[in-house]
Amino acid sequence: MTYSVRSATVRFGSTVALDDVTVEVPAGSVVAVVGGDGAGKSTLLRALAGEVALDAGLAEAPPRQRLGYLPASSGSWAALTVTQNIDFVAGIYGLAGDELAARRAELLERASLTPAAGRLAAQLSGGMRRKLGFIMAIVHRPALLILDEPSTGVDPVSRIDLWRLASEAAASGAAVLMSTTYLDEAERAAHLVVLDSGRVLVQGSYDQVRAGFAGVVTRADQPVRAEWAWRRGRILHEYWPVGDPPAGTTAVAPDLEDIVIALSLARRNAVPS
Amino acid sequence: MTGVLLRAAHVTRRFGAFTAVDDVSMGVEPGEVVGLLGANGAGKTTLIRMLLGLIAVTSGRVDLLGGPPDRQRRRRLGYVPQGLGLYGDLTVRENLSFSARAYGTAEPVLSPALRGYADVLVRELPLGAQRQVAFLAALAHAPDVLVLDEPTSGVDVLARAALWDTIRAQAERGAGVLVTTHYMQEAQQCDRLLLMSDGRLVGEGSEADIIGSTTAVAVRTGDWARAFAALAAAGAPVMLAGRAIRVANADPAELAEVLRAAGIEASLQPVPATIEERMLVLSRQAKAS
Repeated sequence: MTYSVRSATVRFGSTVALDDVTVEVPAGSVVAVVGGDGAGKSTLLRALAGEVALDAGLAEAPPRQRLGYLPASSGSWAALTVTQNIDFVAGIYGLAGDELAARRAELLERASLTPAAGRLAAQLSGGMRRKLGFIMAIVHRPALLILDEPSTGVDPVSRIDLWRLASEAAASGAAVLMSTTYLDEAERAAHLVVLDSGRVLVQGSYDQVRAGFAGVVTRADQPVRAEWAWRRGRILHEYWPVGDPPAGTTAVAPDLEDIVIALSLARRNAVPS
Repeated sequence: MTGVLLRAAHVTRRFGAFTAVDDVSMGVEPGEVVGLLGANGAGKTTLIRMLLGLIAVTSGRVDLLGGPPDRQRRRRLGYVPQGLGLYGDLTVRENLSFSARAYGTAEPVLSPALRGYADVLVRELPLGAQRQVAFLAALAHAPDVLVLDEPTSGVDVLARAALWDTIRAQAERGAGVLVTTHYMQEAQQCDRLLLMSDGRLVGEGSEADIIGSTTAVAVRTGDWARAFAALAAAGAPVMLAGRAIRVANADPAELAEVLRAAGIEASLQPVPATIEERMLVLSRQAKAS
């Protein structure tokens, strides 16, 4: 089973939040959507979750009871305990009794939250709260799991827990679509989608994105053209979309960060301001 | 400026029976960007609050610009907290004029990117623009020391590159910069890294120094889903990287045994560990003790 949005366009007033975007999420895979604030990540996820109507295009998702969705806001009730939060959501899906107790215990263990089961959600750290939200999104074993920035602002160890949980969901057959601002996280996904101002800048596996990248990235202390350069530590990188870079420059093997910046610059610099 | 701008010497902070920071010594010199890493609860925020003079040390000594972090010395400090510390109900210009008056300096000139936002309420700005305003407010008095908590969380790659340009420019004019980050590619932008775990400083230096003796094994198999489940069930700290599985600090022979028992064919290869894997190993050790 593959879920998808096809040629999806979403407008909010005069703002085009999503512009002719096609993304497929096959069962058993993690698809990562990357992009900054305002790139359209949440709109894409909400369009597939049926939370926002498309102005054009198609969204193909399972029925509501087979869908798990973790919104960008915390997604749990602060005044309930961890256990109460899980039980409340599980009840909506008709999970109760021994079956619920077993499922809850299993998920708490996998998320390293067992010691916090009796704590109020308000008293959890940011990382623990996101893991609770994750459990609540997956408690009913959804066919499609949609996670909106599960790891933003979360410490690296909890991020690894969240990534492991998402991988496990995919390994047991779910289609997983998650958004992230962390490019290193996107590199790990089977398929990554880079959004910029509502449009797909590039998508594919990390290897495909690297192989499809045209042009040369060079390193220098002083850039030749400032509008094509960006900072990497103490040095600068510069992008040459067509043709050879001038003699005396040193080419580097671009990583995903370089590729995303280079493609963003190519798009920006092509538009007359 | 010469000498150490910001220094902690054997600093400890207890809250009741809990030791949040345990005998930490570190420093930031002029012109360098130092990255402070650690999981939640590692003690980063408590250490920073002591360095800034916001809370007292239980024992040890903190020096900001050669003395205790009092009001006079704090005037030469720039601080961008994770929550940015801006007033959402004031415009960009009002926020900047407030902070300029507080520091007794001239109002900063708006960058071209912010010029269109001068009279917009800060809470109505995109996150990336809000961060730029917070930077401008913190930098207007040309501080000697700059402390940044998660400076680029949530912003797009171009905005992030621009913010790092600003951070580098501060270091190049001689300021010392201390940055906390959860973002490993951001850590790679720093000149030197400090890693905290469980209140203590457990690593210092380059990325390689921080990773230290931590190792990792890459497991490649056609049946990654089952291999992942089998290794996770065996308690291994597994991660996915594309379709390959990574396991930190594992014995390849033991992994091979787990996979063989599950009837999964796989190739195992030692690979360089990442900073994240080092932190994962440390947090498991802290939990076990």
